[in-house]
Amino acid sequence: MNDLPKQKETNLSFEKIKKDILHPMQNHKGLELWIVFLITVISVCGWAYYIQLKDGLGVTGMRDYVSWGLYIANFVFFVAVSLVGMLISSILGLLRIDWITPISRIAEIIAVAFVAVAGLVIVLDMGRPDRVLNVMIHGRFQSPILWDVTVITTYLTVSALLLILPMIPDLAICKKELTKASPIMKKLYNILSLGYINTPEQHKHLHKMIRTLMVLIVPIGLAIHTVTSWLFAATLRNGWDTTIFGPYFVAGAFVAGSAALIIAMYFFRVNYKLQDYITDLQFDKMGKLLVAVCLVYLYFNLNEFLVPGYKMKTGDDIHLKELFYGNWAIMFWASQLLGNIIPIILLVNKKFRKPLPIMIISLFVLAGAWFKRYVIVIPTMLHPHLPIQNVPENFVHYYPSAIEISVTVLSFALVLLIITVLSKIFPVVPIVETAESKGIEVKIDA
Amino acid sequence: MKEETSNNSRRKFLKSFGISVGAAGVVSSFSLIGAAKAATKKPAEMVNLLTQDGQLVQVDKNQLRPTVNEPLDELQKRGREGIPGKSFVMVIDLSKCRNARKCMSACQNHHQLRADQHHINVLQMQDAEHTAPYFMPKPCQHCDNPPCTKVCPVDATFKRQDGIVLIDNERCIGCRFCIAACPYSARIFQWTEPKDAEKYKDLTYNIEANVPQKKGTVSKCLFSADRLREDKLPSCVSACPNGVYYFGDRNEDAVTNGTTGETVRFSKLIEENAGYTLMEELGTKPRVYYLPPKNRAFEFNGDLLNEENLH
Repeated sequence: MNDLPKQKETNLSFEKIKKDILHPMQNHKGLELWIVFLITVISVCGWAYYIQLKDGLGVTGMRDYVSWGLYIANFVFFVAVSLVGMLISSILGLLRIDWITPISRIAEIIAVAFVAVAGLVIVLDMGRPDRVLNVMIHGRFQSPILWDVTVITTYLTVSALLLILPMIPDLAICKKELTKASPIMKKLYNILSLGYINTPEQHKHLHKMIRTLMVLIVPIGLAIHTVTSWLFAATLRNGWDTTIFGPYFVAGAFVAGSAALIIAMYFFRVNYKLQDYITDLQFDKMGKLLVAVCLVYLYFNLNEFLVPGYKMKTGDDIHLKELFYGNWAIMFWASQLLGNIIPIILLVNKKFRKPLPIMIISLFVLAGAWFKRYVIVIPTMLHPHLPIQNVPENFVHYYPSAIEISVTVLSFALVLLIITVLSKIFPVVPIVETAESKGIEVKIDA
Repeated sequence: MKEETSNNSRRKFLKSFGISVGAAGVVSSFSLIGAAKAATKKPAEMVNLLTQDGQLVQVDKNQLRPTVNEPLDELQKRGREGIPGKSFVMVIDLSKCRNARKCMSACQNHHQLRADQHHINVLQMQDAEHTAPYFMPKPCQHCDNPPCTKVCPVDATFKRQDGIVLIDNERCIGCRFCIAACPYSARIFQWTEPKDAEKYKDLTYNIEANVPQKKGTVSKCLFSADRLREDKLPSCVSACPNGVYYFGDRNEDAVTNGTTGETVRFSKLIEENAGYTLMEELGTKPRVYYLPPKNRAFEFNGDLLNEENLH
């Protein structure tokens, strides 16, 4: 801990913290332009989804053999990234690790945005989205999909609570300070702050609730990604029929989530000028955390590929050869090397844990994590037990169609929009917690 | 006394199967559609039909549509219940298959499928590098431990008391989990508007034939459950010219050959010919049994298999 770069001690007062964090929310011209841009992208890509709705899933590249494609890969990726909320604000929070204070809210925002869109992506993948309520009406609890629906909605709810509850003191400040806010926003701050004025009793109750939720979200977070892995592991297919899929997916999710958080931290730091709050220390610590979770993930990958690769059982052999040196080799090795091994090697060096280098490395890790999901979902579907015969050429390969790619862009744009809007209406760095952690006296007027 | 009754019922069952085999060529319930299709080029062609009150009328062949009299509720209810007392099984004799593919086309005709959509698919197989290649018709295996019905979130695909695994395309949400779960690749999906969707759009949905097919839902082999209800053999079984298929009731221990009409003991057929099931190591307990391709009645005349096909 002592070898860390000493952060410049700026003289922070409560007033300055309030001003620094609240100012960019209302005075950031680029932000509005960015929101307009995202909405445009969503509208254009929404047209692609409309075509899919009208003409059927035949407009995608999926066919009878590869019947799960890009959308399911996106779904797994979104669920994976959302797990960062549980990792940062819950696991590390419960361990009372203090450097997470300024970034825990960003982690929660990422969690809420990604898990909300993950739920939507499943609907985008359905052949009959008009029958989505059948899952409630005729739901069979024996199906892993029901478990997934249950845990995803629970995780979304608890994550949203873990975003809002710790924010109550900050919202009370917003109510007072953000005089330029629209009447709707003022009303929102008023409602959500629940009349909080930081009395000792309120403080005690609030923190009790937050701690309860932090404990609660650990099993729920583990469950969402474990159940997501079971969608695959519950089948008898080569490449999915493995017992380590649950922890393997959870480990991979921590990698993807940490990388996403680092990228978000960098952009908020630069765009919101939060250098005094999201400091080099946070990037350095996140770099170390990323190395740790990458090493765990590497260990799982070793188990997942080396052991069956050593045996080369019938069925597994074709699948693994395709991954190791066949058609999928480039994607497979790129995700392993660029998305995991090389980042580990780089990030053990202190100079690569500076904000800009680690952000760039995280981009590779995050892209690698996405490709990893793609490699988990699609090759297995191309290698069924029985030969693929008597079907047109496009059944034997899978290339996502323009529609599919557009709908994918839509879901990513939606995630970014949710993150942007949340970061525009809510302070991205906890004001009160930051002040408290620095021993500055907090005053909230009624 | 009890034995006699069961003998009687078996005789009745075999008799009705025999009759239906003989009759299948003459009055297939879907031959009318075939006629209607053939007549599309000659729009003026008329056929004589007898109405219920005894009048002879002429109707344009293009106007002919198959009818289903039962209301949807009734069809759905009996379709989900199945046929009491039955336990349907199929035996496929691989030594007799010569890739005639009449089963595939009969099935596609019956279930309103396109030429590239297979409830039953004749595969060219080669088990290992130096073993003999052979043709293997592959319908749904109607497993007794079905991986597909387990994962269905809405009970749209289910196993009935007579052993048949059906799909309800009135309920299916199109998540395609069952396709992912099936190790036999037996299920298909209606990615686009099904074949002749416009023509069949007013037809009452019959779950036992899964027609009319619906966009955005899964479809699969149903052992022609609608024909079984009429004591007919499944379409593929009846259509085979080479005696590949036997179909019958495991409770009766009797299966009937769809080509010859000959009825044999199921257990004896399996025992004497070393019958087996596909990928039994998966524990799916299929209801489709295979007899090995020894002493082939026809030479293997397929393309020589390349490794790429043998995934």
